[in-house]
Formats: sequence, structure tokens, C-alpha cells
Amino acid sequence: MARATTTRRKILTTLAAWTVAMVIFFPVLWMILTSFKTEVSAVASPPELLGASWTLENYAEVWQRSDYPRFFWNSVVISIGSTLLGLAIAIPAAWSMAFVPGKKTKDLLMWMLSTKMMPAVGVLIPMYLLFQQLGLFDTKIGLVLALMLMNLPIIVWMLYTYFKEIPGEILEAARMDGAALWNEIIYVLTPMALPGIASTLLLNIILAWNEAFWTITLTTTKAAPLSAFIASFSAPQGLFYAKLSAASTMAIAPILILGWFSQKQLVRGLTFGAVK
Amino acid sequence: MGKITLRKVNKSFGDVAVIPGIDLTIDDGEFVVFVGPSGCGKSTLLRLIAGLEDTSSGTIEIDGRDATALPPAKRGLAMVFQSYALYPHMSVKKNIGFPLKMAGMDAAEAEKRIANAARILNLTSYLDRRPGQLSGGQRQRVAIGRAIVREPAAFLFDEPLSNLDAALRVSMRQEITELHQALKTTMIYVTHDQVEAMTMADKIVVLNAGNIEQVGSPLELYHRPANVFVAGFIGSPKMNLIGGSEAAKQGVATIGIRPEHIDVVADGPWQGVVGLAEHLGSDTFLKVEVEGVGTLTVRSQGEVRLRHGDRVGLAPQMDKLHRFGADGKAIV
Repeated sequence: MARATTTRRKILTTLAAWTVAMVIFFPVLWMILTSFKTEVSAVASPPELLGASWTLENYAEVWQRSDYPRFFWNSVVISIGSTLLGLAIAIPAAWSMAFVPGKKTKDLLMWMLSTKMMPAVGVLIPMYLLFQQLGLFDTKIGLVLALMLMNLPIIVWMLYTYFKEIPGEILEAARMDGAALWNEIIYVLTPMALPGIASTLLLNIILAWNEAFWTITLTTTKAAPLSAFIASFSAPQGLFYAKLSAASTMAIAPILILGWFSQKQLVRGLTFGAVK
Repeated sequence: MGKITLRKVNKSFGDVAVIPGIDLTIDDGEFVVFVGPSGCGKSTLLRLIAGLEDTSSGTIEIDGRDATALPPAKRGLAMVFQSYALYPHMSVKKNIGFPLKMAGMDAAEAEKRIANAARILNLTSYLDRRPGQLSGGQRQRVAIGRAIVREPAAFLFDEPLSNLDAALRVSMRQEITELHQALKTTMIYVTHDQVEAMTMADKIVVLNAGNIEQVGSPLELYHRPANVFVAGFIGSPKMNLIGGSEAAKQGVATIGIRPEHIDVVADGPWQGVVGLAEHLGSDTFLKVEVEGVGTLTVRSQGEVRLRHGDRVGLAPQMDKLHRFGADGKAIV
């Protein structure tokens, strides 16, 4: 009897989990399916699935009509560059907040987090003007700086949480062993916090890759990443759903693959310290 | 060399003076134990010497050189922590070699020193393991190994044995004592366990509320405690401290008598009822309720056939009686 209940429960929870997962994943799945349909089939009502005519033409056309490699390369540089720069600033910052906190450290952390709650459009005009005046408009370095600053509060917060888990005595031992501050951070703190640093790195690459507001606003052609690549398919040529879907699939594929391969690390990093 | 001199060392956190002001000299090669109840400031004092905490005022000299403002790395001291504080991502070999790497020592010389430390501490066959793969005792030995490779001016031990089980604690105690005899380097050892203090120290520093109550050899502290606090803290079981009319008979505020200095006799000056009898084989500990005196602990050699509720007579050995004035200080 007990076994029957358990099995039934298992089936129900599995079904529930699949349902939730499918609801979340459905738009992405539909986009991928649409990208392989003809334009007519893509807008058919009722929506076609089994009877749709499948084609790879959308991909060929998107590839021919735009410079995908350049957009892709811009996305890589901007997302990895902003994350690495962010880590270089956030590691020492989180070290000081975790191990030599001042009276206002908690307030500072809360303030940093609160900046993430502000709507980005609130600083659109000043950012736009600043970028133009400083010659950063439509440059990769400009976007690296902007996205690094956007994500810095999250990077500092995540690292701060991981660093708090490291016993202070180990760092004191390093100090007694003759390690100067940088050696303490490089040889002891960083390797010990590596799982946390790795998930921070992954999450921030994903955040930066998916960022659309600033990357579209602050670029035109030279530094435009894949988010702008998708946008370019929606506006000028009207809404060609199949091609738009193909472009979107091409834009999210790299990050989807990265996320798939690093999901263990991501989950581990995000739940790090939750259970001792 | 490893002479450490503290002059008026003070440490305050805000308005609270954890160490109000300490003067102390630790001679080269001495094994000094800081002992006291929790919160007495013994670990803080050790951390001040190590440089892990800054002094609020006063000076710390190491081998005649003012080290008060020096960072920990520049003081030439090595420390063994209660939690071992090993680097979990490094092998035993890398853990032991870390201070040498930081000192920029040449690889061949470092290798030699690591091998030597591993041999002394019986760690040779564990050099490639990670700390997580070692037992508590082995981890503590790695921590000691990391300290000895540097050939420091002095070793600082912060309650290094409190995470070990009782049997291992006894054997590690012996190992550290033997290490001191072999290296003849100054060692400062912090513990709350007065048995560790008594068995290991050349010199014991008894601390209470950040002040030094007494400094002396273990037997000096045992036989001639300077005050009621030291009398009650040093010795196991604790000294019986008696006030009231019994002390008044001696013309003092408090008298003290150690459990082993009270004889069980048929007709002694004190008559009481046995509350608890602990039979250890070699000794018998009795808790006796004596009228007008209070509960006294008595230690009798061998097996004494007394049980709860038995009436006994007790006779203190008068030449072993300690006398303390109203200010708590010993009257000699």
C-alpha cells in the first residue's frame, strides 16, 4: 500500500515538474520549431506542427543577409570582457567586505543591490550623452564598461556570499605563513572560492549575453552584439516570423549550449552555502 | 632566538578593554602556557603577539626589536590554530611548503626542509594527500609541520588540541613537548585546560579578565598560588576554598585546602556525610557535606570503601593550608 502511494506520488510530481518545465521551455521550443518552417507555415492559423513544411532556408538567408560572425564575436567580447573586468574589481571588493568589514559595509551592500532595482531607462539620457561625449558610443570597450557596471552589484554580492563561507583562520594562517595580501588572495582565497567564482562567472556571462536594453541603445553597427542582431530582423523588414526565429535561435544557441554544459556548476554555485 | 617582551600591552574594542595592560617577558627557548577561563583574553593576547590583532597601546618586542607595528609575516613567528587552518586545496606537501614558497626559498632547500619536517612528524607517507583525507591528529601534525619548516623565532599555539578526542590529546601533548625538547624554540601555548598547562609548561601565565593573575612554574602555582583565583583554577580536582567561621579561626577571610591534603579519619575536626563517591581505582574522590563548612572534595589514595550517606571524619593537613586575605591575595 505504502509502495503504491509512493509510486503514484512519484508519477504525479514527475508530471507536475514536466508540465512546469514545458511551460517555461515552450516559447523557446516554439521559436526553434518556427525557425525551421516556411514563412507561410509559421503564421498559419491554427498553428501547424506535424503538417508544417520544414526547411533550412531561413538559416541560409539569415546567414547570407547579415554578418552573423561579427555580431557573435561582439557578444563574446562584451559578455566575457565585462565579466572578467567585473571579477577583477569585485574579488578585492568582496574580500574587504567579507573579511575586514567596516561599520557601513552592510549598508553599502544594500545600496549596491538597490541600484539594480532602478529602471534602466531612468539613466538612459545621461548614459547616452556620456557615451557620446567620451567617444564610447558603438564601441566594444564602452559596452564592456557599461555591462560591467550594471552587473557589478550582483558579482560583488555573489562573491561576498561565497567568501563569507571561507573560515577567516585559513587566511590568517596564510598571513602568518608570510603571504602578502595579493598572495593571500591569489593562492588561498581564490582557489578555495573557485566553485563560487566559476558560477559567478557563468551567470554573469549569461546575463551580459542576454542584455538587450543597453546593447541595443548604445550601439549602431560596429559594436552591436547578437541582441541587436535579433532586433535588426524585427524592425526594418516587417515581421518575418520564421527568419526572426532563425536569427533568435542563432543568437541564443551559444549561451544555451554553455548553460547546458555548465548546469551542474551553476546549480551548485547558486545553492552554495545554503546547506552546511 | 625567541625572546618576547610585552610592555603595557593594551587592547580595547571600543570602550571595552579586553587586555587592560600587560607586562610580560618570555625568555628564549621557554615553553610558556597562557591559561585561564573562556573570555579571559588569552587568545587575544596570543593574536596580539602574532600581529593578527593590533595593540591599542603598549609595545611588543621580539628579540629586542620593536615588532608592535610589524605585519604578522614580518615577525618571524609561526602559529598553529585550533581549527588547524590547513589549505584544503593543497596537498600535505604544498601545505607544509607554503611558507617557504612565500619566502621565495629555493626549491631544493624547500624540498629538504619539507622532507625533514615530514620525517619528524611521521607524515612522509601522506605528503601527496589532501587535508580532507587525513584524520584529526594527522591534520594537526601537518599544521605543526607548516610551522616548523620556517624555523621561526617562536611557535604560537592557539588551543591546538581542543578538537581532538581525549586519547589523541594525550599523545599529541606528549609529541608537542618532545618537539619542544628537540627544537628548543620558544613556544607560547594557549589553553583553557589546566592539565595541559601543568604537564607541558616551563612557565604558566594565569590570566583572568585580561589581567595576569600569576606567572610561575607549574609547581610554584600549585604549591604557592598568589590568590584565590589561581588557587581555584590550578589543580584538579579544584582546591576547597572555605570562608566564614572556619577561615576566621585562622584569622583570615578564606582558607584553601587541596583535596589530596584532607585525610579521612575516624575522628577528625570536621564531621560530614558522603554525598558522592567516585571510585577511579587508583584514587577515590569523595564529595563530603560538612556542617558549617560546606561541600568539600576529598581525594584519597587507592580504594576507599565509602558510599553515599556514610558519615566520615576529615582532618586537613594543617601545614598544607593556604590562607587568603579579604582582598583575595595569599598570606604567606
